[in-house]
Amino acid sequence: MPINYYIFLSIALFCIGIAGVLTRRNAIIIFMCIELMLNAVNLLLVAFSKMHSAAAAALPDAATVGTDGQLFVFFIMVVAAAEVSVGLAIIVMMYRNIHSVDVNFLNRLKH
Amino acid sequence: MITLLLILIPLLTGLAAFFFRDEKTVRAWALFSSIVTLAVSLLGLTVLNKPEYLAHESQWLGSLGSSFSLKLDGMGQLLCLLTAVAFPLILLSTWKATYSRATSFFALMLLSQAGLMGVFLAADALLFYFFWELALIPVYFLCSQWGGEKRIAVTFKFFIYTFVGSLLMLVAILYIYSQTADRSFALSSFTHVLLKPNEQIWLFVAFVVAFGIKMPIFPFHTWQPDTYEQSPTAVTMVLSGVMVKMGVFGLLRWLLPVIPFSAFQLGDNIMTLAIIGMIYASLIAIRQDDIKRLVAYSSIAHIGLMAAAIFAINETAMQGVMIQMFSHGINIIGMWMVVEVIERQYGTRKISELGGLAQKAPAMAILFLIVALANIALPLTNAFVGEFLMFTGIFNSANTKFAAWFTVAAGLCIIFAAVYTLNLMRKTFYGEPGPRVTTAIDLQINEKLALVVIVALIFWFGVNPQPMLDLTQDVSASIIKAVTNSVSTK
Amino acid sequence: MKNILELAYLVPLFPLIGFLINGLGRKSLSKSMIGIIGSGAILASFVVSLLIFFQVKGGNTDTLNYFSFIRAGAVNIPFAFQIDQLSSIFLLIITGVGFLIHVYSTSYMHEEKTEHFGRYFAYLNLFVFSMLLLVMGANYVIMFIGWEGVGLCSYLLIGFWFKNPEYNKAANKAFIMNRIGDLAFLIAIFWIIGKVGSVGYSEVIAAATEGSKFTTTDITGITILLFIGATGKSAQIPLYTWLPDAMAGPTPVSALIHAATMVTAGIYMIARSNVLYSMSPLTLNIITYVGLATALLAATIALKQNDIKKVLAYSTVSQLGYMFLALGTGAYVAAVFHVMTHAFFKALLFLGSGSVIHAMGGEQDIRKMGGLNKYMKVTHITFLLGCLAIAGIPLFSGFFSKDEILASAFGKSPVIYAVGLFTALLTAFYMFRLYATTFRGSFRGTHEQEHHLHESPSAITIPLVVLAVLSVIGGFIGIPEFMMHGGHKLAEFLQPIVAPSAKLLPVHEVSHSTEWILTGVSSALIIGVVFFAWNKFSRKPDTGEATGFGKVLANKWYVDELYEKAIVNPLAKLGGFFNNIFEKLVVDGLVNGVGRLVSYSSRQLRLLQSGQVGSYVLLMVLSILLVFVIQFFLRK
Repeated sequence: MPINYYIFLSIALFCIGIAGVLTRRNAIIIFMCIELMLNAVNLLLVAFSKMHSAAAAALPDAATVGTDGQLFVFFIMVVAAAEVSVGLAIIVMMYRNIHSVDVNFLNRLKH
Repeated sequence: MITLLLILIPLLTGLAAFFFRDEKTVRAWALFSSIVTLAVSLLGLTVLNKPEYLAHESQWLGSLGSSFSLKLDGMGQLLCLLTAVAFPLILLSTWKATYSRATSFFALMLLSQAGLMGVFLAADALLFYFFWELALIPVYFLCSQWGGEKRIAVTFKFFIYTFVGSLLMLVAILYIYSQTADRSFALSSFTHVLLKPNEQIWLFVAFVVAFGIKMPIFPFHTWQPDTYEQSPTAVTMVLSGVMVKMGVFGLLRWLLPVIPFSAFQLGDNIMTLAIIGMIYASLIAIRQDDIKRLVAYSSIAHIGLMAAAIFAINETAMQGVMIQMFSHGINIIGMWMVVEVIERQYGTRKISELGGLAQKAPAMAILFLIVALANIALPLTNAFVGEFLMFTGIFNSANTKFAAWFTVAAGLCIIFAAVYTLNLMRKTFYGEPGPRVTTAIDLQINEKLALVVIVALIFWFGVNPQPMLDLTQDVSASIIKAVTNSVSTK
Repeated sequence: MKNILELAYLVPLFPLIGFLINGLGRKSLSKSMIGIIGSGAILASFVVSLLIFFQVKGGNTDTLNYFSFIRAGAVNIPFAFQIDQLSSIFLLIITGVGFLIHVYSTSYMHEEKTEHFGRYFAYLNLFVFSMLLLVMGANYVIMFIGWEGVGLCSYLLIGFWFKNPEYNKAANKAFIMNRIGDLAFLIAIFWIIGKVGSVGYSEVIAAATEGSKFTTTDITGITILLFIGATGKSAQIPLYTWLPDAMAGPTPVSALIHAATMVTAGIYMIARSNVLYSMSPLTLNIITYVGLATALLAATIALKQNDIKKVLAYSTVSQLGYMFLALGTGAYVAAVFHVMTHAFFKALLFLGSGSVIHAMGGEQDIRKMGGLNKYMKVTHITFLLGCLAIAGIPLFSGFFSKDEILASAFGKSPVIYAVGLFTALLTAFYMFRLYATTFRGSFRGTHEQEHHLHESPSAITIPLVVLAVLSVIGGFIGIPEFMMHGGHKLAEFLQPIVAPSAKLLPVHEVSHSTEWILTGVSSALIIGVVFFAWNKFSRKPDTGEATGFGKVLANKWYVDELYEKAIVNPLAKLGGFFNNIFEKLVVDGLVNGVGRLVSYSSRQLRLLQSGQVGSYVLLMVLSILLVFVIQFFLRK
């Protein structure tokens, strides 16, 4: 399958994520949109990784070429998991304090 | 050896001074330390005046191409001597002044002396910058902690001003460093660096602003009267007697030999600026009612003459500048001593509230008269020699088409100087005593001693300036040679 | 025997030592001790000067190098003395008249406290020291040291009674006016250094006459600048106004500094540089007209002054103008001759007026005097002799010197001669107005003052008598050629100094018969005026306030007011403008403006930080897009 399809899919997913982050006020949905953007990136990394390894099959050290991208994906998934646990905890605390998960109420940092 | 001692003595004694508890002991400690420094400096001029004692080099930031390299040439000797002479006099004359947290006060004073010595000794650009800041920071604390009412605002202004200058200087130093053949901060590499004329021009601007703020040259001078007015007098003496010489010294050591061609190209602009500043400051001084501000503006006028003389680019003027750096330091410290006594005794610095002091304090009147006459460069006082040489140099300068007019314009300031100095003398010392003056007493023994030393120096170097001229002859000749060579190769 | 010339350093050394002893010991020494040290130092100098004079007369002249004063760059100035005919004459005048005035002062200043008495003598000694440096120096810089030194002493002595604010203002004015001239002098020195590289008289003269180092412009510029310097010190237009105010000092000071010695420094300087001046006809013309104008202006002012010292002060300005007139016409010897005779009779007149003031208990207004001849015989006679000498009555000293000046003025132009003669008549008139109002008629002061009138003690009268003798016979060393062949001993003596000039300058020969006629006419007119003034003011002294044109004269042509309005006030206003407005608004305004700009912009930028997460994200996204767009276009 040509790489273009993966790119378009990733851009679409990423844009949906951005749109969601920008427009929604519910913290949980924003959170999900961020995950969507991360996964769009992951998809792209895997796709390019596959493409490069296919192109470099003829080279002598073919076994390791193209694995970097997939390694990054694992890193991103780990970080995302950590983020989810911390983020959700924050959202829970927020709900306990202000009985809402609307991010627009979260502008107290400036004071 | 000498070089290292000149820095280490004030540095270590200064750090040690923080641990004293008693004000009297720390005062004596500071005076003792400064006298030892003076002795070392005198040794360096006489018995140990040999190359092996006057240079020092050790590892510092080797990977950056910077080493801890100190060197004493004639100009350095002269300015180190000034620093070494100034501090004992300052400490002696303010012996009776009391300070809260005296230990920190004296410790910071000694640290600033260490910084000043370093500036005059450094033969490495990064080291120079390091000491430049080292001298500045203690003074910042001294002004902001022990100053007058408006000290915070004024010190803030002073600090920002000088810091902007320092940063410009750092940028210029780093740029020159990047252009050196051997990636080194050493003075010798700097003087051999080849820079294109347009590079030299903006480096020139950066350096001139940096040093011009310190001197100060018009229009970068407004920090000075405020700071002099608000600082404790001992600090004012350090600032005006020694620290402004850092700017002049910087021009001579780090600007002219490093980017000589620009000095040749842009010199007469700076001369114009300096001379405008002289007239401007002199006219303001005529109208001052506050003695401290009057002396501050008078100092701006005198420094303006030095700035103009530097860019006259000839040996006569250069020697005049060298000798005048020393003389101006001595004379203005003398002026401040009397101002300090007046302010402490009568609680005012307003000339209009004073008068008739000569009857109550004849010794002070006579000593101040001599210092005042030195301030207006009367022959046989030290300032005459310097000003005479500078004026001769400016008049015969080949670096500008307007040499004669510059001389006349700058010469007007000789007249103005007589006007404001004699008016100060007349309104504070002569006439009938005013209400505030009736309780006046004459100088204390410590003040008298310090002023007598100053008067002795004024006459000694006024009658016999030749030793000092011989000392600085080689340096001036080499600076001028650097500039003329750059012109002939271009 | 050259040894005596090598003692020359003693001449200024004695007064310097006197200054140090009296200055440092003014509190511990007794008054008589101070007087002895002060006068003794000058007497010792006088004795050495006499020895030197006879050596020089025998043809020995020398330049003595002591040490290198300043040697740096293009400048090389040795500390050296030049002993020749010109300086030895001035040495005699300075130490001789100086000694008499010191002796006079011991009595005149006796009422001062010991401390101030000591201070007075210290200053006076310092003055003599500086004046000696001025005339002995072998180059312009040493001359300048003395030049400023005498200015300083003049400042200190005018403001000697420092409790009086008016006196202090006069002292300041004197110093500052002199400084203006000094600046011109300095610039001339810089110019000379630039061209010759040396400031020694002999080198400069050699460069001017032989080499091609000087262009005509150089010489004219240098000589004009030196002359401006001289107008300051010697009180010529436009810098003369300080001298009348300088009368605030003690009277012996006026006699020594502001009549006999210091004010003649300008004449000495020009006579010293006579070769340069002879090479610049333009400068000589300027000097002639300035001198003539000053002589006339000051003489007109003197007509209406009522302060005894002010009359003498303006007379001094006028006589100095005469000397410059002589210099301008190239009659350098006549100028020096007049310096000498003027030193005698003007010192005499000032000291006489001091004696009068002393007797009158400090009163200086001649309208309140009168008839003093009955009370003060010696003062009266000597003062009269002084007046006769200054008026130029034949055979008195002033006659010879003034006649010589007028003769050379006639050689230049009859118009100049006529104005000069008119000035001489004015001089005779106001001097005899002064004399008659003071000593003739009846006493007009208070009864108490009359009771106190007395002749002064001998320390005052002896110097008066000596000076009176000199004023009478002093002229015989300069008997003009037309009266007696070889009579002009002074001209013979000064021949080596002016000989190079004589070659350069065309001499206006006036025939002997014309000279007889001129002398006859002027003498007759002067004698007539003297009789007229004597009679007029003995009978009916001029005691009212001046009116009409007289008021303009009494107010000195309003020159002081003009300077005040045209120069002093505008400068003060400019200073005020700089201080109050320009410095605060423009210079500091710029600095503070930068600071304010930073804090203003930070206040504005702060508003972007709304705390809304959404807006941050939006900004972030937009910025990323912007980066992409920029990259996209840059790639193209």
